[in-house]
Amino acid sequence: MNLTLKIWRQANANDKGKMVDYQISDVSPDMSFLEMLDILNNELIEKGDEPVAFDHDCREGICGSCSLYINGEAHGPDRGITTCQLHMRMFKDGDTIFIEPFRAKAFPVIKDLVVDRSAFDRIQHAGGFISVNTSGNTIDANAIPINKEDADEAFSAATCIGCGACVASCKNSSAMLFVGAKVSQFALLPQGKIEATDRVLNMVKQMDDEGFGNCTNTGACEVECPKGISLENIARMNREYLAASLKG
Amino acid sequence: MSGILNSSIGRKFAMALSALFLMVFLLQHFTINLLSVLDGDTFNDVSHFMGTFWVIQYLLQPVLIFGVIFHFVMGFVLEIKNNKARQISYAKNNGGANSTWMSRNMIWSGLAILGFMALHFYDFWFPEINIKFIEGDMSGLIDPNNADSGYRYLEHLQHKFVDGWRVALYVISFVFLALHLLHGFNSAFQSVGANNKYTKGLKGFSKVYAIGVPLGFIFIALFHYFNH
Repeated sequence: MNLTLKIWRQANANDKGKMVDYQISDVSPDMSFLEMLDILNNELIEKGDEPVAFDHDCREGICGSCSLYINGEAHGPDRGITTCQLHMRMFKDGDTIFIEPFRAKAFPVIKDLVVDRSAFDRIQHAGGFISVNTSGNTIDANAIPINKEDADEAFSAATCIGCGACVASCKNSSAMLFVGAKVSQFALLPQGKIEATDRVLNMVKQMDDEGFGNCTNTGACEVECPKGISLENIARMNREYLAASLKG
Repeated sequence: MSGILNSSIGRKFAMALSALFLMVFLLQHFTINLLSVLDGDTFNDVSHFMGTFWVIQYLLQPVLIFGVIFHFVMGFVLEIKNNKARQISYAKNNGGANSTWMSRNMIWSGLAILGFMALHFYDFWFPEINIKFIEGDMSGLIDPNNADSGYRYLEHLQHKFVDGWRVALYVISFVFLALHLLHGFNSAFQSVGANNKYTKGLKGFSKVYAIGVPLGFIFIALFHYFNH
């Protein structure tokens, strides 16, 4: 396949940045999207140009590193995948592909397609944990009876890889699907209930302080989430938050 | 509890509560308007009761006005805040791939409804306030000096739907209302946390309400236009 790539280039966080056109030929439909970018970068390096900076790590859809807003969608046009799992067979010969960084005030661009998603880390630090007594009195987690349905929902919420596709897809740059998943995975389990009030209040406060927008329930986050995190997690977070506000 | 309205979830919750309140009001408004088609005398009686009973006029009406203003103001506040959360737009954004047009354009359907409300207040609310509280006529009669003249409410309503342009504006506005409700109804329940295995039927009910009520208002407007 021969393709035209329109890629966001930005030298550093302070640079204004712009879309730059590239032509790439002989792209195999069996390549992954990131392999296609690898080839483009090889060509750029051979020509003495600056390669395109983009995030990647595991390349098997579990680390959440790869981002990219491809043709107007987070992780591209396929569903339930990260960008590293996107294949070039999703495109046609002669296509023009727009490649942009995830856009949000809380995700500032570091360089080209690489954004700073440490806002998610700070939200996690604010409450995305449980405190366990490790002085010898720890109860084996497997010894605590947990309703199967709750365990399944908690596990489903815990599959969130924190990639940020929810923020990128949301027209308001809201992080509520991410925070909802992180709140839910603990709220559903007995170990998480002890700190539930502080957790949801602190995580939502941190989310707001980071500058993410308000959720208006468009559902775009759920559709674009590579792990299929459900909007029910946002509803659960809302319930948890309102209950915690009444208590606190 | 302090500062809940300063949080994103608190604002969502307040927005949803005002929306749910307005949707209850809308259903009540629709039910009374439907009486104008089914039984004019009952419509007149109910309208007179609604327009003169002190609990409705002096307690519920101010709450309703506050609810309407709050919903619009909060809608604009959220829109401004949300726009600030993404300072650089995407060169290419395929919003239609993952969300409905209604959900992405609540501000525009809301503005259309705001415009409609200005017309609706000009047509009905301001004249009512003028007759009752400025002219001091609480009789509700066509001729306040003639007890046999009958109530004026149905006649007033029919008179407003003589002009084709006004009926067209009402019909277009109700289409925008349907678009607003198609997202807003279910969204309000999601915001108050009502989205779980027990609320699956809500989505179906929200569609029936969102299409049924505006369609009913359109029917009433067209009925009076063609039957005057």
